[in-house]
Amino acid sequence: MNILNEVSITFPSRSSNEGYARAAVSAFAAQLDPTLDEIGDIKTAISEAVTNCIVHAYPECVGKIYIRLRIFEGNILEIVVRDRGKGIPDIAQAKTPMFTTGGEDRSGMGFTIMESFTDNLKIRSKPGVGTCVTMRKKISMRIGGLSRERHS
Amino acid sequence: MKIYSERDNGVLTVSLSGELDHHAARNAIPEISRLIDTELPVNLVLNFERVSFMDSSGIALVIGAYKRASSIGSTFSVINTSKQAYKVFNAAGICKIMNIKEPDAITVKN
Repeated sequence: MNILNEVSITFPSRSSNEGYARAAVSAFAAQLDPTLDEIGDIKTAISEAVTNCIVHAYPECVGKIYIRLRIFEGNILEIVVRDRGKGIPDIAQAKTPMFTTGGEDRSGMGFTIMESFTDNLKIRSKPGVGTCVTMRKKISMRIGGLSRERHS
Repeated sequence: MKIYSERDNGVLTVSLSGELDHHAARNAIPEISRLIDTELPVNLVLNFERVSFMDSSGIALVIGAYKRASSIGSTFSVINTSKQAYKVFNAAGICKIMNIKEPDAITVKN
């Protein structure tokens, strides 16, 4: 697949950066001319991934969160969220709805939501090394996309 | 995130305003618990009209408030959710159990 555009963002795992991550990703995705619903899905998915890094990867310290965004031919947005944190010992268990190690304030629905709000979710993780979450979402081509023609 | 509360007879309406993520929920969850404990409502209503974004942190907040309200025999409902927030609640399958009202399809918001 041809890569049409890409950006990388790195920031510390402070919860105040969650809103920044959502805004940065939706600003990059805007060139695909997504609908409001699609932007909502993208913001929700990235919010879950970044929150996981803050809550689970770096529970007792501030570490770096790396985001790479790419646009592939065919209107596909790829979001990669990587950390060098604790890692996930059992990915299948972590993906189970309502399972959480985060206590009362967490719902255990993060991966379920990432999965249902995007088209494709891949998780790679190694305890003590870190976790890498890759999500892909196809953005609908809108008929009469004048704005898209102007961009190309 | 800002939290406003209003009491009318036994009805405690808690209105949230802003983006409800993990950062916001850390303060909002204890604040809502405190309101329930001090007001001891007969009916608890969470108003999401001014919640501009919500992720799974909102699920934990709603479940927590639902449990606390149920423990004192209060009814519970969530009103005025956006399409985005409702989709998150729906992914967790809690809309019916927790009386989360479906967004009005006719009203155009955002």
